[in-house]
Amino acid sequence: MKRFNIRMAGVGGQGVVTASHVLSNGVILSGSESTIVPFFGSEKRMAPVESYVRIADGKLYEIGEIIYPNVIVIFHAQVITHGKSYTMPFYSGLKDNSVILINAAKPIIFGADEQRELKEKNAKVYFLPATQIALESAGTEVATNMAMLGALSSILGMPGLDSLELAVKERFLGKGLVASGGTASLDKAMEKKFGQKSELVGKNMAVIKAAYDYATNLQWSFL
Amino acid sequence: MEIVKPQQTVVTPEHLLFEAPRKRAYITGSEAASEAIKRANVDIAIAYPITPQSETMQRVGDLFGQGYVRDYYRAEDEVGAFSAISGASRTGVRCMTASSGPGLMRGLEVIASWPGHRVPVVFLIMCRVINAPLSIQPDNLELDYMLSTGNIVFHAENQQDFFDYTLAGFVISEKCEVTLPVAVAVDGFFVTHARGWVEMPSSDLKLPPRDCYREAVPMIDNENPPIRIARDAPIQKSNFISYQMHASWQQEIHAAQERSRRWIYKYLGGLIEVVNPGAETVIVASGSAVSQSREAVRQAEEMGHRIGLIKVKSLRPFPVEELREACKSAKRIIVPEFNCAGWLNRELRATLYNHSDAEIAPGPRVFGGITMPTELILQWLFDKTGNCR
Repeated sequence: MKRFNIRMAGVGGQGVVTASHVLSNGVILSGSESTIVPFFGSEKRMAPVESYVRIADGKLYEIGEIIYPNVIVIFHAQVITHGKSYTMPFYSGLKDNSVILINAAKPIIFGADEQRELKEKNAKVYFLPATQIALESAGTEVATNMAMLGALSSILGMPGLDSLELAVKERFLGKGLVASGGTASLDKAMEKKFGQKSELVGKNMAVIKAAYDYATNLQWSFL
Repeated sequence: MEIVKPQQTVVTPEHLLFEAPRKRAYITGSEAASEAIKRANVDIAIAYPITPQSETMQRVGDLFGQGYVRDYYRAEDEVGAFSAISGASRTGVRCMTASSGPGLMRGLEVIASWPGHRVPVVFLIMCRVINAPLSIQPDNLELDYMLSTGNIVFHAENQQDFFDYTLAGFVISEKCEVTLPVAVAVDGFFVTHARGWVEMPSSDLKLPPRDCYREAVPMIDNENPPIRIARDAPIQKSNFISYQMHASWQQEIHAAQERSRRWIYKYLGGLIEVVNPGAETVIVASGSAVSQSREAVRQAEEMGHRIGLIKVKSLRPFPVEELREACKSAKRIIVPEFNCAGWLNRELRATLYNHSDAEIAPGPRVFGGITMPTELILQWLFDKTGNCR
C-alpha cells in the first residue's frame, strides 16, 4: 500500500494550509484516501505554521498531527535557519529512507550534527527554487505553495496533475470553502491581480506543471 | 423576519438510522453533529459557546435560523445553559446542548443533577484539555468525571460515529424505560475540526417528535406539579425518608442505565465492536484511540501478527459482560488512552478482576493535546526484535 505521512512547515502567508488542503483534496478526487490536520497559533504573517497530511491508496484510519513523518515539506528557509517551527529540529521524528523537500534557491548548509543525523536516516534532501518558479510562471511569489505541490506530485507519484488541477479549481472556483479572514483577503487580492478567477487557476497550474517538470527532470523520487 | 420552515417528513427512527438510503459526504465532525441535529426534530438548543469548543453550536444556531431547530439561545454561562436545558426538558420537548473541556467542568454541578431528575437530553461533548498548563488541544480527561454522573455516555470514534450516535442518542434518551440524558463524546479537534467520510440519509427526513407522555417521569403540565423535587417535599430535609428517597432515585438511574443496554444493541449495534476475535494480544480503546489502534493492527498484520482490537462504544452503561467474553483468550491487553488518568484502564481492570488472567499494561497514554502515534502503540505491543511483548 502506498502510504505517505507528510509534515508541511512554513510561515504565515505562504499558503501552507491552503497547499495541504489542495493536496489532500486532489488525492480524494483521484479516488484515494487522505486526512489533514492544520496547526497554527495566532494567524499572522511570518509566524510558524504546520500542516499534516496523510495520503494513501488504501484505507486510512489514523488522525491527529504526524509525529513520525516519511515526507517533510519545508516552504521557507527560516523554518530551518531561524527555527520558525513547532518541530525542532525540522526533521525530528523523520522515518528512515524518507524525503525532505525544501524551498530554497540553493542548498542550505546544515550543521555537522544535522548532516550526520540526516545521513543516518538515509534521508533524501531536495532543494526546489519554488519561489523563483512561482515568480517566473505566475508573476507572484504567492504561488510558491503551488510549486511545492507540483514537485511533490512528481516525487510521490500521487496525486496526478489532473487531480491536482481539479483540486485547484475547487479551491478557487468552488463554493462552500470556509477560509479564515487572512486567507479570504489574500484570495481577494489575488483575484484583483489576475482579473479573472479562471486566470488565477491557469497561473497556479502553470506553476504546478513547471515544478513538476523540474522535479521529474532531476529524477527526484521517494523510492 | 418570517422563517420559511423546511419541509421534512417524519419517519421512524429505524427508517432514518437503518433503511433510508445514504449519501457519502466529506465533512468535519462539527458538520456531522449539525447534520444529525438537522434530522433530529429538535425543539430547543441552548449553549454557551466557550472557547475552545467547536463550530458545532454555531452551526446549530444556523439551523435555528433555517427553521430546523425550533428555539435556540445563548445562555449566560454553562451553569445557566445546563440548568435551562434541564428546565426545558421537563416541559416535554426535545432538547440538546453541547460543551467541552473547561466549559463542561464549569457546568458539571448541573450535569450531575440531570439523571436523578430523569431529563431526556442529548449532550454533545468535544473533549479538550482541562488541567494545567493551559492548552486548547484535545484530551478526554473530562470523561472521567462524566462516568460518575449517571449520564449515559457514548464515545464516538470518528465523524460517522458522531452523526450516528447523536441521532441514536435522542431515541435512546427518550425511551420510557430509559428516560435519561445521553452524552455523546468525541475527541475534540482531531474529529471536530478534521474532515472524514460520513454516510447520511436525506435531510428531508427527520425523527418523530418527543413523546413525553410515554416517559418514566411526567413532564410539567397543568396536572403535574413542577419537577419531582417540589412534589417529593421530604427530600429537602435530612431525615430517614430523605436518605431512602435518595437511594431510590440513584437506584432508578442505575436500573434505567441497565435497561438502556438493549436499545444500545439495537441502535448502536452493541456496546463494543471486536476486530480479530480470539487474539492473544488485545487492544482495548475508545474514541479516536480506536482509529490509531486500527492502523496499528493493520501494520502488525503486515509484520505477520494478529492483534485483537475491542472498541468500547458505550462507557455508561459499561460493557461488563461483553468485555469479559471478548477478552477470554487474551494473554496481554494494552489500553491506549488520550488522558493522564487512564480511566478506561481502571474500568477494564475492575471489569476483568477475577475473570481473566491477562496482563493489563498500564498504557500507553498521551495527554495535553498530542495525538497517539501508531508507533507508540506498536512499541507497547512489540519488543525491539519484533516479537509480541
